[in-house]
Amino acid sequence: MTEPVTAGTKAAERSGAAGKSERPGRTRLVAGPGLLLVWLYSVMSVGAVSRSVYEIVVRFDTAPLAHSLSAVAAVVYAFITYTLVRGGETARRAALVCCAAELAGVLIVGTWTVLEPSAFPDSTVWSAYGMGYVFIPVLLPVTGMLWLRRSRGTGPAEA
Amino acid sequence: MAKATAAAAGPGRAGARARGAVVRNSLGAMLDALTVAVGVAALALVAWCGFAAYRDQPTKDWHFIGMAVVSVLALAQLVVGIVQLARGERAHDGTTTFVVYLIGAFLSVPAAAFLSLTERTRWGSATVAAGAVVLAVLEVRLYDIWGG
Repeated sequence: MTEPVTAGTKAAERSGAAGKSERPGRTRLVAGPGLLLVWLYSVMSVGAVSRSVYEIVVRFDTAPLAHSLSAVAAVVYAFITYTLVRGGETARRAALVCCAAELAGVLIVGTWTVLEPSAFPDSTVWSAYGMGYVFIPVLLPVTGMLWLRRSRGTGPAEA
Repeated sequence: MAKATAAAAGPGRAGARARGAVVRNSLGAMLDALTVAVGVAALALVAWCGFAAYRDQPTKDWHFIGMAVVSVLALAQLVVGIVQLARGERAHDGTTTFVVYLIGAFLSVPAAAFLSLTERTRWGSATVAAGAVVLAVLEVRLYDIWGG
């Protein structure tokens, strides 16, 4: 594991420090399709975090529920990005759990916004299953879980 | 409308106001043109790097030149956008949103480019293509944020 992990995004830069202390053999999740995945997750993180900061600072009162849910989405995206960049078996499991939570969140919030639009005077990141984000929010956790399941067991033995 | 009020203000100032309006209009046209240009260039980059990913190839020097061209266009857009704000023009959906989107648009392709340097496979190309898709989407949003 001598190759540099990543550079360019904030989350990735944090991994620079983690990468140095990386023990040889920690499952590298940012490789192959994993790079595309981590890139999409970092884009969603930046988008959701900046959006929810703006919403909460500027106009939280207009739609508290929608804006709180956007903030939850932002935290989930940021955490998954971090675990993917960090790598390792524990991080892989944590990311898997979070992807499942994310999928559940997208489905619940998506259904909720479709059934009861009046509860949401303003849209959230996950409104209508993430239609405002080209449905990436609903596709991302599915591909994420597939990737994380596939990269299981490529730990010390194979690295 | 700017010309009408300028004419009412008197002949001496009318000329200066009219010149100001011309500069403002041409900068505004430049911003719109840059938004379209960056959007089209981003879509071209999507096709190019997407094709490389399809052919199972990593990003090569020519791809990086393409990314640089798109990034320079996005930087020009960032500069013109900020100049427009400094001149007192207002974005329809708010200054903060406009500036954040401009910065995001400028950073999206270079960030993907750096990532593709660490992944010398088709997935590096796919990441750049995804970054360019993000840029194209941001350009559509920027067009709305500026013009309403």
